Amino acid sequence: MTVPSDVTGNSELTATHVLEFPGGYTRTTGPVIGRFLTELRDGRIVGVRTADQRTLVPPLEYDPHTGDAVTEEFVQVGPAGTVAEWVWVDSPRRNHPLDRPFAWATIKLDGADTALVHVVDAENPKAMRAGLRVRPRWRAERVGQITDIECFVPDVTKIVSPVRAEYTLKPGRALTRFLEGVRDGVFLAGHCATCDKVYVPYRLACPGCGSLIEEERQVADTGTITTFAINNLPDPRAPQVPFVSAYILLDGADTPMIALVGDVPAHEVRQGMRVRAVWVPESERTLAMSNIKWFAPTGEPDAELEN
Amino acid sequence: MREVAIVAFAQTVHTDHDTGLTEPELLHPVIEEVRAKSGLRHFGFTCSGSCDYLAGAPFSFVSALDALGAWPPISESHVEMDGAFALYEAWVRLQHGDVDSALVYGFGKTSMSDLREIMTLQLDPYYLAPLGLDQISFAGLQASARGADRAELDTIVRRSRADGRDNPYALDLPDPTPGDDGHAAPITDGAAAVVLVAGDLLANYPRLAYITGIAHRIEPHYLGMRDLARSASAADAAAAAGVGKGPVDVAELHTQFSHEEPILREALGLPAETVINPSGGPLAANPVMATGLIRVGEAAQRVMDGTARRAVAHATSGPCLQHNLVAVLSSEV
Repeated sequence: MTVPSDVTGNSELTATHVLEFPGGYTRTTGPVIGRFLTELRDGRIVGVRTADQRTLVPPLEYDPHTGDAVTEEFVQVGPAGTVAEWVWVDSPRRNHPLDRPFAWATIKLDGADTALVHVVDAENPKAMRAGLRVRPRWRAERVGQITDIECFVPDVTKIVSPVRAEYTLKPGRALTRFLEGVRDGVFLAGHCATCDKVYVPYRLACPGCGSLIEEERQVADTGTITTFAINNLPDPRAPQVPFVSAYILLDGADTPMIALVGDVPAHEVRQGMRVRAVWVPESERTLAMSNIKWFAPTGEPDAELEN
Repeated sequence: MREVAIVAFAQTVHTDHDTGLTEPELLHPVIEEVRAKSGLRHFGFTCSGSCDYLAGAPFSFVSALDALGAWPPISESHVEMDGAFALYEAWVRLQHGDVDSALVYGFGKTSMSDLREIMTLQLDPYYLAPLGLDQISFAGLQASARGADRAELDTIVRRSRADGRDNPYALDLPDPTPGDDGHAAPITDGAAAVVLVAGDLLANYPRLAYITGIAHRIEPHYLGMRDLARSASAADAAAAAGVGKGPVDVAELHTQFSHEEPILREALGLPAETVINPSGGPLAANPVMATGLIRVGEAAQRVMDGTARRAVAHATSGPCLQHNLVAVLSSEV
């Protein structure tokens, strides 16, 4: 059988109905819950002992396992405790105790045999785990409600240390000499007589044999891309995203130099591509690598790469 | 124990929205249907299950009596619980031996308010309700305690919704998606009714489902005082109802959240062969306060129509499966 699926005609007729006890519904607490809430107002958490010496937190009037009345012995517990179970709330509801994401948790307070259900104010779910140590964050104005504890917060296990120091750097003799060359529109290299190798940028000692490099050479501002990377993250030194950084083996050099590649779509850059430095106008040049805007394809046929 | 059997079951075509019918209007056709199926106009005892907070009005269940006609005066009772617990009261009443028939019904419209927060009002008012702990949140705590496998739960939702689409009374819900994962039972309006008979009346029905065992057990309300990963009370109720005394073809479980199925399956000791919630279960239609009674009705219906010889029904009340009822239904005593 079926009932009518929709009452036709008047289905748009609605009214708002509110169920509310103005001012709130008054409940007596009894001596056990009342003691807990009174202690809570004073900033203490107590449990009640059962006949078999277990400590119930929050206190109940009867032992939930035996049904026997609890003893009249109250013991202070916590305030720290350990998270047992937890669940994360991404979007707090209107009636939730915090207006930012938080965790519900069952928390076994130190000295208690049962777990308290409450809120943990953690930054994100990665900060939550079973076994997490937490402590209450008390409200300044307490009235004798479970919400006198605003929430629990994780124990301090780390601090954030700001680190900042300023330095004045000098490039050193070899790099200064190289930058002088760049200012003048040439690449300076060092030739190791022992190894017969030409190093760019210019350097004072051979990294291969350790000999003093005595011969300074100019190398060409043209070269061949040996390898490259397409970078998709912005970098203040690069003109656009994506940009290409490449190892460029300058003609006459034995070691590649790292530089930007431009004037060509990133996906067209390839190993063996012939490129030439694009210099900024002479009047703008300084003792800096920014004198070279980037390397651009020459249009020559690709070079054969060794290896 | 006096033999008691279910002989009639009816339910509304449940909806995910308010169709404009009041509770008595929802209920009346269902009551008429079980009257027709059972051939009984009057009952020795009548018992209902509902929740005033759903309607937001005290004693709202009294108006539901308009759907059955209570004159001349009838012997009637109500539980502020799911109709399955009203069925338990009716079963107990039939054990007295002086009446032979009982009408049981449950109804609820969860479309009228915010069910998640209505369920907050059902929590302990000292320690839990002031925190604003809502139904999804406490269910989440239990799911976390259980540590259930997400893929297993997704499979449960997919199966429940597919079965629900085959059930003309359940909602027509699509396969779950990340935005509609279906792990919580849907908002639903609906009602259901069952007729129980005993004594000489049993002989009038060629097809009936005997209640060979029925029991309910409860645990502490406070969530921090029990092991949420298991349901000790469901296990105790199942043992008392005799679930393990024979094979179980079908089990209809009152799972309002997907993670409750593995918990209950374990507590009831159901083997892999038992078909769980072939109706789609609460994940396919959850008319709160009728949902548990529908589990009993669906299980009984399968026994009555011969598709199951022995079936189990489960109903629950309270947060995180606090209170559990288990009934065994069988074609034989």
